[in-house]
Amino acid sequence: MAKQLKSQYDVIVVGAGPGGLAAAISAKKNGADDVLMIDRDLELGGILLQCIHNGFGVDTFKEDLPGPSYAQRFIKEAQGVGIDYLLDSMVLDVTSGRKVFVTGTRGGFKELQARAIVIAMGCRERTRAQIGIPGPRPAGVYTAGLAQRWVNVEGYMPGKRFVILGSGDIGMIMARRLTFEGAKVERVLEVMPYLTGLSRNYVQCLMDFDIPLQLRHTVKRIIGKDRVKAVEAVQVDDRWRPVPGTGEMIPCDTLLLSVGLIPENELSQKAGVILDPMTNGPFVDDGFATNIPGVFAAGNVVHVYDLVDWVTKTGLTAGRRAAMFAQGHCNENPVFVPTAAGENIRYVVPHRIDPETLTQDTIMLQMRVTQPMEEAVLVRVTDGDTLIAKKRERYVRPGEMVSLKLRERDYDSVRHAKELRVSVAPL
Amino acid sequence: MRATEKMICIICPMGCNLTVTREGTTVLRTEGNTCKQGLTFAEAELTDPRRMVATTVRVKGAIHPLIPVYTEKPFPKPRIFDLLREVCQLEIEAPVAMNQVVLENALGEGINIIASRDMPRMST
Ligand SMILES: Cc1cc2nc3c(=O)[nH]c(=O)nc-3n(C[C@H](O)[C@H](O)[C@H](O)COP(=O)(O)OP(=O)(O)OC[C@H]3O[C@@H](n4cnc5c(N)ncnc54)[C@H](O)[C@@H]3O)c2cc1C
Ligand code: SF4
Repeated sequence: MAKQLKSQYDVIVVGAGPGGLAAAISAKKNGADDVLMIDRDLELGGILLQCIHNGFGVDTFKEDLPGPSYAQRFIKEAQGVGIDYLLDSMVLDVTSGRKVFVTGTRGGFKELQARAIVIAMGCRERTRAQIGIPGPRPAGVYTAGLAQRWVNVEGYMPGKRFVILGSGDIGMIMARRLTFEGAKVERVLEVMPYLTGLSRNYVQCLMDFDIPLQLRHTVKRIIGKDRVKAVEAVQVDDRWRPVPGTGEMIPCDTLLLSVGLIPENELSQKAGVILDPMTNGPFVDDGFATNIPGVFAAGNVVHVYDLVDWVTKTGLTAGRRAAMFAQGHCNENPVFVPTAAGENIRYVVPHRIDPETLTQDTIMLQMRVTQPMEEAVLVRVTDGDTLIAKKRERYVRPGEMVSLKLRERDYDSVRHAKELRVSVAPL
Repeated sequence: MRATEKMICIICPMGCNLTVTREGTTVLRTEGNTCKQGLTFAEAELTDPRRMVATTVRVKGAIHPLIPVYTEKPFPKPRIFDLLREVCQLEIEAPVAMNQVVLENALGEGINIIASRDMPRMST
């Protein structure tokens, strides 16, 4: 904890999930003396504290850990290297002049100045309003992540008979968790013609417990006055229109929504950070610098990652660059090369890269595809007719990020490129 | 009797689609696996399927009413609900340290249930 708050810090990190923790640790290790993390929660660790299932850290630690264990390793390290932190404190505003306004129940309102800022507020869940389910508004409709917090942290079961809308990982993991706690999960409905989460979660969360999954289905209507009594499920066509005559009433007392995550960027926008409408996160370069000098982004605030290991990696990069900026050691006049989304690519992160980075480090390009392709494909980075890098994948799916590493050997071709266009096509 | 079966390997996030040719519970051949672990998985699924199990245990005197716990190794799948019934009876006292054994040799399977995190005692 911060014993005595200073008024000025080298690096202030907003949010202490895995992204913020990695950024703070890396900033400290790279020469920033005064590093402060701020989180509105009562503990460090972010959303991982409620993700009690295994599956974290296979890449980072070569171990299959539950979320809280993964978080604790970084919490211990952050405390070990002497990073200050402020909990139970909400950041209200971040300015382009790198001022941070924070308020807490104990400390009251404070204004802090940073040489560099890392925003690491994570993401939030899409809600009913954002997907527009008609019908009355009884109790018993919650997002899957909120239910996850209730069940795993607060010890409160939100219902007995569930329907889950969305086949993302959080929804499937909650289906298993609720079954463990004695609830009945009647059905998982998915509007897309494919599973949006990982197939291993389909096996170990749904198949193992005979929980039925219906693709191309959605909730047409919620029935119930004070409490959910049933939902009407319906099949949809290619344009998500209900197919007449396919409605089915499923009695239940709770509907959980697992319909996507959105990067949490209200604060970033207040600071003047420009967002990419495709990712809902800031436009960033290969050091995760935003358009505002000295403001960097780490973790799910950039775009929603599938694996926490990636969140940690981006945090390490953002933290190191923030420390360099705070010490005045950044490339002063970078000549950026933009990236672009080509065939079957929805977006590419980072949005622009400084070729000089490749003389010291590799750069990971990360993409999401628009359409699934269940066959061997070639991912290509091109500039006009020039091929700069390529990679084979056995398949690509919208739910699983595609990565491609640029290396030192690509330095010359990248330096001379006008853009780096990424595309995916069958081999 | 020789038979083929479809399976999805759950060892890593790749989730390969396996086609398993077997004679009884002996795997003759797997196709579709990217690495050798796919074969190991198929063999285990036919003879002794296991899963990692994560749940919570009640804790007294801590900042939260529950502490997350998990099986230190994959647990026999048919006995998961027996295990959950057993774990649900437990109540432990804070402080708890990460990896502390919460239930030793669960159901005589030789697998410990351990805490997923530290849980300090609430300062009053
Ligand atoms: C419900 C849910 C379940 C998930 N389950 C999984 C999973 O099973 N496996 C997986 O790999 N990934 C999962 N994820 C993705 C997960 O978010 C990432 O893996 C990882 O936790 C993201 O790290 P982060 O640091 O970017 O964000 P987070 O862990 O979300 O941390 C952000 C932190 O910022 C704080 N914060 C936000 N705004 C402010 C503010 N204004 N002032 C102060 N503090 C603020 C929050 O309190 C939070 O602690 C899940 C995400 C959600 C939302
Ligand atoms: S076969 Fe190998 S690569 Fe494929 S899911 Fe299993 S462990 Fe992963």
